[in-house]
Amino acid sequence: MTDQALPRPVQSGAAVPRRPRRSPWVEHSILPGFGLAMGFTLFYLGAIVILPLTALTALALRPWELGLSGVIHALTAPRVAAALKLSFGLSAVAALLNAPLGLLLAWTLSRYQFPGRRILDALVDLPFALPTAVAGIALTAIYAPNGPLGSLFARVGIKSAYSPVGIFIALVFIGLPFVVRSLQPVLQDLDREVEEAAQTLGANAVQRAVHVILPALAPSLISGVSLAFARAVGEYGSVVFIAGNLPMKTEIAPLLIVIKLEQYDYAGAAAVGLAMVAISFGALMAINTVQLLLAQRGKA
Amino acid sequence: MTLAETRPRPGARLSLPAVMMVLASVAVMAVLVVAPLVTVFHDALSKGLGKYLDAIRGPDALAAMRLTLLVSGISVPLNAAFGVAAAWCIAKFEFRGKNLLLTLIDLPFSMSPVVSGLVWVLLFGAQGWFGTWLIDHDIKIIFATTGLVLATILVTFPFVARELIPLMQDQGADEEAAALTLGASGLTAFWKITLPNIRWALLYGVLLCNARAMGEFGAVSVVSGHIRGLTTTLPLHVEVLYNDYDFVGAFAAASLLASLGLVTLLLKTGLEWRHAGELAANRRP
Repeated sequence: MTDQALPRPVQSGAAVPRRPRRSPWVEHSILPGFGLAMGFTLFYLGAIVILPLTALTALALRPWELGLSGVIHALTAPRVAAALKLSFGLSAVAALLNAPLGLLLAWTLSRYQFPGRRILDALVDLPFALPTAVAGIALTAIYAPNGPLGSLFARVGIKSAYSPVGIFIALVFIGLPFVVRSLQPVLQDLDREVEEAAQTLGANAVQRAVHVILPALAPSLISGVSLAFARAVGEYGSVVFIAGNLPMKTEIAPLLIVIKLEQYDYAGAAAVGLAMVAISFGALMAINTVQLLLAQRGKA
Repeated sequence: MTLAETRPRPGARLSLPAVMMVLASVAVMAVLVVAPLVTVFHDALSKGLGKYLDAIRGPDALAAMRLTLLVSGISVPLNAAFGVAAAWCIAKFEFRGKNLLLTLIDLPFSMSPVVSGLVWVLLFGAQGWFGTWLIDHDIKIIFATTGLVLATILVTFPFVARELIPLMQDQGADEEAAALTLGASGLTAFWKITLPNIRWALLYGVLLCNARAMGEFGAVSVVSGHIRGLTTTLPLHVEVLYNDYDFVGAFAAASLLASLGLVTLLLKTGLEWRHAGELAANRRP
């Protein structure tokens, strides 16, 4: 796709505008700069995203000479399988807990007027704004056996920091804003007249919630939960400090990549990395499809 | 709880279930989100202000701050330029493969930060694709500033583009087309029409991009090598001190990053209140 193939702007005076040649790739437009902007976009995208991901895929598939079966062999090694199971399992549970918590916060923030509402609303984004390493050491301090909440947990016999419980807490923390921010705009736009109609027709609060509000929220709830899940699977900074990092027990998949790299096992690291990219991308695509179907059914 | 009571109306009294939901929300936020923030400042100051100031004025801490500023100073403008270029193509032109381009731009969002660091090691590490060539020519990318910049760019890649694309798609290309018809040059149309139209969204995207760039941990941790005073950005400095059991030092450095987060939050909220109409995606996480 060269610059010549694209329409030129009408230059004032001197330059005679050339007749644009038709391109099969781009529709004719009076605006200039497509070639330059697209050239830069593609170059940058290629250098920053595509080339590195190609290296990841190639390196994960190459060294065993066995291709895919080599990757599968690497991923089913007990320590790797345990880490993947822990990461994906805990992320799913944390994202599911984010659903009721996110519903509560989004509902409160968009339906009630109370002092401090705007501050509470702004604070929802704190897990995004706080660098992950900062959140990680702070959560560890809170939930350590001698920490303010960790000692409470310890009294009832639950080890919070340095156990899967701690990882779970960190993942709930990191995922919460995704669910709240997905639900809020829908809750604000939700037509109150529909709810009022349901009420006039005799539906009680529970019936209205289950039959009127939840179906309208379902697509954005699913999208928020899946975003929280995808973020949690890859999360590193806020988890490594609180996790304890015991092989087979509290070792998350991203940490295993770091460990394999430290041992110069590039192929092993690439295999775990490729699996993580593939699974979370696949999960997002699947959930997007479900969401699309739900949205279509809602319209029909 | 009747519906009338669920409408936000200033001064209106909340029903009992509503009050309970508000209290529950405040409790969830306090325990889960606000407590870590308070802990950072509490633990940083736990041995007194003197120790705190010593910790953030030490040579390693200052070197880490300088490196963090350098890395984000390179990464953020590059990603902003990319965001404007990509949004210009996607919003103002119709071309084949647009959806594929959009998916590829979003791809780094679904990647673990650790993977975003890993890919650069696979390319430029000692045993990576270009490893031997780089060693032969005595070029250091991994365990050096260049690697930190590349990892940071990949992690923050979509931030500006994702803010600009929906807004510019909403705005369309009519205003620029009118200017061009009236004889303005393409560059004039861009400076006088496009840029003023997107300035707040651009600022918003740059703000989020910068916060993430300065606070990034996982990706830079993989490519850094943790050489004190040389390749430790501020978040890595926090980790190094924490693993050395220097908790006051770690939380002091963390308090700087937490303050950065708070300032970002403040500016972001301010932009959302004042320029909501000019930020198409202001509710996007």
